[in-house]
Amino acid sequence: MQYRITGLTLAAIGSAGLPAAAGAQTIDLTVTVPQLKVAEYHRPYVAIWLEKEGAAPRTLQVWYDFDGNSKEGAGTKWLRDMRQWWRVVGRGMSFPADGITGATKGAGSHKIALVGGKGATPALAPGNYKLMVEAAREVGGREVVTVPFTWNGSKATTATAKGSAELGAVTISIKR
Amino acid sequence: MNFRKPLLAAAAIAAIAAPAAIAHRQWMLPSSTTVSGTDNWVTVDAAVSNDLFFFDHQPLRAVPAVTQPDGTEGKVENHNVGRFRATFDLHLTQQGTYKVSVLNEGVFGSYMLNGERKMLPRGTTTANLATAIPAGATEVQTAENVSRNEIFITQGAPSNTVFRTSGKGIELVPITHPNDLVTNEPGNFQFLKNGKPGAGLNVTVIPGGIRYRDALHEQVLKTDAEGKVSIKWGQPGMYWVMVNEGGERGEGPGAGGPGGGPRPQGAPGAAPAAPGAAGAAPAPRPMGPMRARVSYITTLEVLAP
Repeated sequence: MQYRITGLTLAAIGSAGLPAAAGAQTIDLTVTVPQLKVAEYHRPYVAIWLEKEGAAPRTLQVWYDFDGNSKEGAGTKWLRDMRQWWRVVGRGMSFPADGITGATKGAGSHKIALVGGKGATPALAPGNYKLMVEAAREVGGREVVTVPFTWNGSKATTATAKGSAELGAVTISIKR
Repeated sequence: MNFRKPLLAAAAIAAIAAPAAIAHRQWMLPSSTTVSGTDNWVTVDAAVSNDLFFFDHQPLRAVPAVTQPDGTEGKVENHNVGRFRATFDLHLTQQGTYKVSVLNEGVFGSYMLNGERKMLPRGTTTANLATAIPAGATEVQTAENVSRNEIFITQGAPSNTVFRTSGKGIELVPITHPNDLVTNEPGNFQFLKNGKPGAGLNVTVIPGGIRYRDALHEQVLKTDAEGKVSIKWGQPGMYWVMVNEGGERGEGPGAGGPGGGPRPQGAPGAAPAAPGAAGAAPAPRPMGPMRARVSYITTLEVLAP
């Protein structure tokens, strides 16, 4: 794992980048949750985050059972099962997180439309990035899909990668 | 852990003075070391056994102390001592790292009285040492024992307040946080002995699950001059780590007997000083001076990346 966050020393992605100027970045994600033939199925917890060398990772989305009201804090108890995300960035956050927390999603292709510099989504400075998607399923498995991409600040770009077990295709498209 | 059986024969002292000779392993095994959320429970098994982490011998009876992330004392709940293991729960309500520790400290040793060698009773401490040694005892030999067994559990992000050291025995100073371990990164730690870098300490690392494999997969490492060690992990899982020393042979408190007066700390390998009883003929000495025993045990969970 490349990014050990031991403090708040690193500049967060985007915060030191381009000013949130006119011509906002459109960041479209597609995350496919596969149909699984299993005896006991629960929708996976999913964390989506961005990594960039030299910058603090930024969480874009976390899908979990956030609306429960059990004493153990509902789904937050199991956030740590997305263990890579938890170690990289999740454990330093508090939940629910505005613009990030979302409900779990069933099998299918899910589109998420984000705008760089708006809400919890950072405006992306030019550079080499990795879009990370981690899924952990109750009584099931866990998988991380990494989608590397380069954003030069203007040229529209699309990148995709595919999981093999707990995640299907993951795509990111950026334009401004 | 220290004196399971009374040892009467002087010859046996040599055996107990060598920490490596202690066979059974003491351990605490938490149900989780990393938890998310704001209100969690973790349960812990605590036992003494040969195989890690299988409880089939003796429970670890001591009620551990808990240090919370804010530095205040916490408590264990539902402590129960069974035939083979003790169990207890921790209620985590703060964000950060908790420490659960069992500290054993005492004085062990022996003296000659009326021509017989007697062991200091179990439970002797520096405080009651004077009363433990009867008048007229000669050839008093004592050494201190400080053993720690600690585990760490983190709710949310790891924190470092529980690593404040006391300067007593062996203590762990994290370079890598003990709740931030993954198989593709080494675990780096510093160990202090009595508050100073513990150079040349033995660090024994054994992965759990011994019952289901042939080889022990034990690593025996040594701390460097700064007391630091770097541990490379194998498979993800729970690891038992024990730190101790061959140790210089010093002399413990009270050596020389009541009225014997303070004696200089023996140099490594030095012969014992004169017995306290004046005018006694030099007696044959079947053994060297006793060595202080310090040890440290922890259980570390190493995750897949």
